[in-house]
Amino acid sequence: MTNIRLSRELTASLAFVNRNFGLVKRYLGWELVFLSYSIINVITIGLIAVGHDNDRVLFLVIGALMWGFLSVVFHEVSESVSWERWEGTIEYTFMAPIYRFTHLVGSCSFAIIYSMLRIAIVLALMPLFFDIDLSNVNVATAVTTLVISSLSFLGLGLMAAVLPLMSTERGSQATHIMGAVLMLISGVYYEVDVLPQWIRPLSVISPGTYTLRSMRAAIINNASLTDRLPDLIILLVIGIALIPLGLWVFHLGEIYAKRTGKLKRSG
Amino acid sequence: MVALVCRNASKVFKRRKKIKTNGDLSLSQRFKRKISWKREDVRAVDDICFSMEKGEIFGIVGPNGSGKSTLVRLISTLLLPDSGTIEVFGHDVVNQHLQVRQIINRVSVEASFFKKLSSMENLMYAARLYGIDSTVAKRRALEILVQLGFEEDRVNESMQELSRGMQQKVAIARALQTSPSLLLMDEPTTGLDPRSKRDVRGFVHEIREKMDTTIIITSHDMDEVDNLCDRVAVINKGKFIALNTPIGLKKLVEGDAEDVSLEDVFMKLTGKELEEADE
Repeated sequence: MTNIRLSRELTASLAFVNRNFGLVKRYLGWELVFLSYSIINVITIGLIAVGHDNDRVLFLVIGALMWGFLSVVFHEVSESVSWERWEGTIEYTFMAPIYRFTHLVGSCSFAIIYSMLRIAIVLALMPLFFDIDLSNVNVATAVTTLVISSLSFLGLGLMAAVLPLMSTERGSQATHIMGAVLMLISGVYYEVDVLPQWIRPLSVISPGTYTLRSMRAAIINNASLTDRLPDLIILLVIGIALIPLGLWVFHLGEIYAKRTGKLKRSG
Repeated sequence: MVALVCRNASKVFKRRKKIKTNGDLSLSQRFKRKISWKREDVRAVDDICFSMEKGEIFGIVGPNGSGKSTLVRLISTLLLPDSGTIEVFGHDVVNQHLQVRQIINRVSVEASFFKKLSSMENLMYAARLYGIDSTVAKRRALEILVQLGFEEDRVNESMQELSRGMQQKVAIARALQTSPSLLLMDEPTTGLDPRSKRDVRGFVHEIREKMDTTIIITSHDMDEVDNLCDRVAVINKGKFIALNTPIGLKKLVEGDAEDVSLEDVFMKLTGKELEEADE
């Protein structure tokens, strides 16, 4: 790829980020509603453990915070197609002279930046509600976990994004079910050991399991990068596998949509 | 110079069709939906062949569901043909879709914008996808909007606050700011008031004269294609049933060509009036 082409694709990617922040600004009322819901969700979950030890509160708060982050990454990417279909712009985006990779990099970049901003706001409010001891946090492990886990959830989001491309309404419904199953099997509010035996194998393949385990170890037990290396390597492998897989699945979905006429806006 | 070549392009869609039952089915049989539904093939575009010269304005007229928009989507790289080939300025729409997308643009019957964003935000976003520098894009977009009679001080209002006519002008500006070699206008004046229709038609003439743009216009409006187009194809059930200059088409109907309208031609060719065919 020439430098000019690369710079053009980068500009196009940024156009998606810029457009999405423009939309956040214009739908500010809804953004405040979703943010309030995220904040209250973390607080109510955390309050369940108040009266128990500090680690118990942290266990739940980390679960709620991390799920808040990962689910937003997942949904922002997976619903990018549904959103454009709803706005009626999907055909224009798909006939723009850019690589699909560029389009998806733009959507994913926005998802990560937006999720991080949201989680930062929620995190900043936590000291008002919980007297938790954070002296044990290993920042390097926590940040590394956050970054590596994003890759896996972007890959999952790309695969889920294809569903609304194939079926407008049912695809969107399936995306929500996928998100809910991820929450169930990843040990967001409990250890995965409490899951029934038959469902436990799913928690082994869920990137959420390793993310939450590593993040909790970093924040509660001051686990170093070396301590968490096995989980981080698994997360990285899942991420490296899921992103190209997600792009490939999306490519197949696009071909299917172009063959069957599903790209057409609904309504 | 040949702008577009369409060779035997066909597109078939599968459609679920309800089968009439005799009413003597058991409840469980009715519950199994396979009994009352079957899939059938709909030939949306059926073996269409035509070519266009650079700078030509080509009209496609036909009733709802006749295949006009499907043909435009095939040229726009939004659909894959089941058979046949389409080339835009020598580039195949399937194998060289990026090159084709770079030189085409489309104005569709729906305005298709981010409703909460302003017209300028929508235009800037579209320009960046086509690699146009934002300063150049802004200047060009404003020029086109003003030429179309769009009030300049309204460019920062959200799209949802604009009338249908104003939105369609922004849609035309979005397509033209990329200086497309081939412009696809899919029922661009449907739902517009007479004045907006006149503005759009005037602008189509102007862009052909100034930019030598090749234009395909699909329409329900026979007068519109009669006034705008160099050649017109009549499409019915996915097939081109006639293709000629407006005058050439009118000669198909007996009588003085000056008194014959394209509506008469359509009736002669299909045995139905356009509105009747819509139903």
